[in-house]
Amino acid sequence: MANLRFVDALREGIAEEMRADPRVMILGEDVAVGGAFGVTRGLVDEFGHGRVINTPISEDTIMGIAVGAAVAGKRPIVEIMFVDFITLAMNQLVNHAAKVHFMSGGQLAVPMVIRVQQGAQGGWGSQHSQSLEAWFAHVPGLKAVAPGSAADANRLIRASIRDDSPVVFIEHRGLYFRHDPDGLEPGESVLGKAHIVREGSDITLVSYSRMLTECLEAAEDLAGKGISVEVIDLRSLVPLDIDTVIESVRKTNRLAVAHEAVVQGGLGAEIAARVQEMAMDYLDAPVLRIGAPYTPPPASPKLERAFVPDRAGIAARLHRMLSYSKEEGS
Amino acid sequence: MSSTMDITTEDKLDLLRRMVLIRAFEERVIDLYHRGDIAGLVHVGIGQEAVAVAVATSLLEGDYLYGTHRSHGHFIARGADINKMMAELAGRANGYCEGLGGSMHLVAAEVKAMGATGIVGGTIPLALGTALAHRDAGLVVAVYFGDGAANTGGFHESLNIAALWKLPVVLVCENNGYAEFTPMSEHTVVERVSEHCKPYGIPARTVDGNDLLEVLEAMSRAVEHARNGEGPTMVECLTYRLRGHYIGDPAQYRQANEVAEWREKDPIERLTKQLKSERALDEDAASTVKREADERVEDAVRFALGGEYLSMDAMTARVFG
Repeated sequence: MANLRFVDALREGIAEEMRADPRVMILGEDVAVGGAFGVTRGLVDEFGHGRVINTPISEDTIMGIAVGAAVAGKRPIVEIMFVDFITLAMNQLVNHAAKVHFMSGGQLAVPMVIRVQQGAQGGWGSQHSQSLEAWFAHVPGLKAVAPGSAADANRLIRASIRDDSPVVFIEHRGLYFRHDPDGLEPGESVLGKAHIVREGSDITLVSYSRMLTECLEAAEDLAGKGISVEVIDLRSLVPLDIDTVIESVRKTNRLAVAHEAVVQGGLGAEIAARVQEMAMDYLDAPVLRIGAPYTPPPASPKLERAFVPDRAGIAARLHRMLSYSKEEGS
Repeated sequence: MSSTMDITTEDKLDLLRRMVLIRAFEERVIDLYHRGDIAGLVHVGIGQEAVAVAVATSLLEGDYLYGTHRSHGHFIARGADINKMMAELAGRANGYCEGLGGSMHLVAAEVKAMGATGIVGGTIPLALGTALAHRDAGLVVAVYFGDGAANTGGFHESLNIAALWKLPVVLVCENNGYAEFTPMSEHTVVERVSEHCKPYGIPARTVDGNDLLEVLEAMSRAVEHARNGEGPTMVECLTYRLRGHYIGDPAQYRQANEVAEWREKDPIERLTKQLKSERALDEDAASTVKREADERVEDAVRFALGGEYLSMDAMTARVFG
């Protein structure tokens, strides 16, 4: 695949699956006119209004309609314009999409993808900027994927559409109009497989989605200071490829997790807990969690920039981490 | 059976047998519940059997059905295997859902009974989705809900979308007068749930839900309407649950005379009386119908209580498809 922008790579992945499988369909607000960010632009011309379906602003019912179509043999993709709006659809997502396969004892399958767009960028405030992936990871029965590159957007959306379970596909709006850096080697793209994007020996830095970019830049900055950071892109939050993380920690003996979501109750807490359970003896320092402070996203662009972790902040905290000594306890 | 015009006496006897089987099943469920063989939140629909049998009779084999939290009757009428249903209620691995669903989340996919749900009104959008999936195949989806569900956002969102997309859905309202413990007069401004259909342009009828033949006639028209591609309709069935909201509910929010009044309108008694007046049924034959139902239910109980439980490993493996 040529070096496309994230949004184009994602659209191409959806289109490829729609060409290959007539059961794939898209439902959502404005999807027939391209959606708020242009992800579905032009799809209606190729696939028609029967498969690219504009819906009223009725999130919970749209989610339920997708479940009802999925159990009847379709492979629907639901677009939720902002993840903040999935609050309106949590009933159908959590009570039906996630559980119908289980509650039916396997009689029914729910092969559907829920595309959400999230992230704090542009000063859009508390109801259009949240990062809610930890909610999805907490509900048994939902898979969750958060690509950090255009190449992965293309390949992971295809894998998600082909999956027989509901997959929440998390897109960051800060990535849509970016190209991947030259030389980014995406590796194998399957659900549940993390990818070591940059090899290193001093600290393991785990991330996903847009924060991956900040992490790679921070790693580059630290390399200039002689610090070698291994950067892992989780890509898939559920299932979580903890083995790749553990293997890296055995080598580096230090772990940091960076995400844009609020630190409290975030994915970083889950990863930290698992690593201390499985590799306590390999840790030379407490696991470092980097994320947003415990506030809703602010509207002020200046405050928002401080709210979201960035390259410099990540580099500074990793640098401090190296000076931790078990004997001194700090 | 697509029309009530050609309904024979033998058909009516069959309809009666199916209502009696549902009643026998649920009465035994109550008994097993009190014995401790069935647990959980179990909602019986004793008194509402006519709706279940009429709706199932109006559908063809390929059509789909969605239920509510009170769906034993809906599923039995649709032809679900009562052995696997009883086993499911008893939490056994030989139940329809391996014991993972229970009474409130029954699924019998083999008869296209796609789901009961513990979420009031929750299956209405699912029914729309299934109808969307099969819109061009001439299939119909019937979905049950109650008067309580008519106050949910999803109900109104669904009415709008079903009408907008002309989906082949029949919205079956079992209006039993109570949303859990609250009478309709205290939870809704409309007199009849069917009134909600007007602004959405959905044809609707309100019928005596304890008169099986009247429900069947209304349902047959509604199903035909949907199958002809003319879009959704609603059939509101006025009925009553003779027991509480769930097994164990003392139902003190209802007056004794109200219950007694509805007991007089028991749908099984009514059809029995009609068949007797037509000399198609006598006391002996009525007893035989009851005895045969009881025997089938006893077989189901044996099947259920002899079942094993799912292992924890197998349960864990059921999370993802």
